[in-house]
Amino acid sequence: MTLFKSLGLAAALSMSAAVVSADGHDPLSVGFIYVGPVGDYGWSYQHDQGRLAVEEHFGDAVETSFVESVPEGDSERVIRRMAQEGADLIFTTSFGYMTPTNRVAAQFPDTYFEHATGYQRADNVSTYSGRFYEGRTVQGILAGHMTESNIIGYIASFPIPEVIRGINAAYLAAKEVNPDVEFRIVWVSTWFDPGKEADAANTLIEQGADVIMQHTDSTAPMTIAEATWEGLAEGETGVYAFGQASDMMEFGPTARLSSIIDDWAPYYIERVQAALDGTWESEDAWHGLDEGMTSIGAFNANIPADVRKEAMDAAIQISGGTRHSFTGPINWQNGEVWLEEGETADDGTLLGMNRYVEGIEGTVPN
Amino acid sequence: MDFSALDPLALIVSLIIAATPLVLAATGELVVEKSGVLNLGVEGMMIMGAVIGFIVSVEIGNPVLGFAGAALASAALALIFGFLTQVLLSNQVATGLALTLFGLGLAALLGQSYTGIRPPSTGDVFPEALSTVPVIGPLLFSYDWVVYFALIMVGAVWWFLNKTRGGLILRAVGEGHDAAHALGYRVVAIRMAAIAFGGALAGMGGAYLSLVRVPQWSEGMTAGIGWIALAIVVFASWKPGRVILGAWLFGGVTILQLNIQAANLNILGILALALAGVAVVMLLVQIRSLTRHKVIQIVMVFSFALLALVLALSWPDFRLDSAYLSMTPYLTTIIVLVALSGDKTRRALNAPASLGRVFHASA
Repeated sequence: MTLFKSLGLAAALSMSAAVVSADGHDPLSVGFIYVGPVGDYGWSYQHDQGRLAVEEHFGDAVETSFVESVPEGDSERVIRRMAQEGADLIFTTSFGYMTPTNRVAAQFPDTYFEHATGYQRADNVSTYSGRFYEGRTVQGILAGHMTESNIIGYIASFPIPEVIRGINAAYLAAKEVNPDVEFRIVWVSTWFDPGKEADAANTLIEQGADVIMQHTDSTAPMTIAEATWEGLAEGETGVYAFGQASDMMEFGPTARLSSIIDDWAPYYIERVQAALDGTWESEDAWHGLDEGMTSIGAFNANIPADVRKEAMDAAIQISGGTRHSFTGPINWQNGEVWLEEGETADDGTLLGMNRYVEGIEGTVPN
Repeated sequence: MDFSALDPLALIVSLIIAATPLVLAATGELVVEKSGVLNLGVEGMMIMGAVIGFIVSVEIGNPVLGFAGAALASAALALIFGFLTQVLLSNQVATGLALTLFGLGLAALLGQSYTGIRPPSTGDVFPEALSTVPVIGPLLFSYDWVVYFALIMVGAVWWFLNKTRGGLILRAVGEGHDAAHALGYRVVAIRMAAIAFGGALAGMGGAYLSLVRVPQWSEGMTAGIGWIALAIVVFASWKPGRVILGAWLFGGVTILQLNIQAANLNILGILALALAGVAVVMLLVQIRSLTRHKVIQIVMVFSFALLALVLALSWPDFRLDSAYLSMTPYLTTIIVLVALSGDKTRRALNAPASLGRVFHASA
């Protein structure tokens, strides 16, 4: 069970925190808290790649530690423990860590905290996230073109703005290139549970979906999609899927259309540098395709050249600032007007997005 | 509401597959607990089975050997627990938790170079001609051998526990280890055998996860399923038949819940329907003892009240918190099994009398 695993790691952590570098200066102690195992090959894996990049970049000047598989509901204890053990800078990398991070931060004013994907800040709490929805737009274009059943399955985790934003962005893009497209959305209420994610993918496929998108952290949906390609006759196609957070190429060499890759390393290096220099300040960083915090993985060879170009152009335009994922006219699901013709969404609405846009069936769980 | 998108046959087939790891692990744990030992390390043994089963299958290319390897590895892991608790007389709860930690860590280490690989597939037992027979085909003949093996194991365990001398001895050891010892039975040896058996089945359950249900190796992939298996044993009041019922209920509601969402059906309406169905079944089963068991009455009244409350709160537009949805498999399983465990031969006291107690042969 994750709880006990994190307990064990926390204990290991406390032993390593006492190390001092050879030249007598305490190295900057940087801690990371992950919601899944570092080996999920998705979200937590990418954060850990960022941590390793920090280690490589700074060498002996920093000392990193991490606790993996920390349940969101039980995270405060783990964050506090890390702060007590003397961490100078702590990255908490799941939305559900928001309140616990701020609560602990209030008790440790001299420790810097960085919370991923949240919106609560304090003097010693920064927030940072990727504009993953920009990648969703590119995925939506690919999915809209590549689906033959016109049913796209979407495995969603928790009904938070980040996830809803992704669904809306993907839907709008898919709808634009394929007016007949329909989204089937399944909420699994977990970030990481390969068994449940696999069941969800199977269910969506049974219901006719031939492209699967996911906003969960494991590679199980990709594996299920890849399995549909086994034993197919010449000319038949199986189910396509997208890599999420990480490239996931090796999990679906045939099924994977593309991916959204999170690259946290530059940001982590920048923030650790700021902490070392004493210039660290509370900030809100929300970077997209332009800064590279979100990037698009290689395209599947099955994608026709014109579709490939269309998706690529969209990525380039978004990155260059000439296209926005949410450009009017867009109505909310209930028909209420959100954006007029040519209008683009402001960040405030995006950050608080809690409902579907017009055309998506079903309701957002509250 | 359009129910045509829900194919009951496909639902049943998926639920049986989804429940197989639970059936295996819970049946194994049932035997362990019947012998008077509480092994909380099911999660650790399952993940060990998942990784070893995967590694063996990939390296040898034969999933049957993978399952065998998983059973052996998890039995070996369980025997560490057995040695600590039976020979060194350590605390069973603490040792079991430690086993889970150890299993999760060791599995993550062993599996490091096995991510992103496909295991050889475990095919169906019966030829396609048989499994495509309408209705009966998919329902009875469309599974791989592990599904049938799991069900046979449940039957075999029931038969062993209730119909054989060996089973009687095992239960005697679980009910009163001092008395069994005084009669000349080798308490520790019998318990070690039960622990190894429990480990082997948990390992196969884990291997089913990494070889069939997902099929991939992924760190931490059991994601708490071992704890559900433990809960099912308790709520099934240590009866093999009810372990199946509990596992299928859990798998069934999980699968149904996903299908309802994917088909864009009104979740609450169906949930209400499902709960009403469950309540009717409970009523039928409990009709004799309803007047005698206050607890069940309270549980039933409570579940109806909860449903009514949810309905009332969400009127008129049915919106249901996703937390409630995710809760339903757990809730339904617990409610039904608690209700079932209430009739006169069982009660809460059906637990083996020596469960979790340390045995020390003093004489």
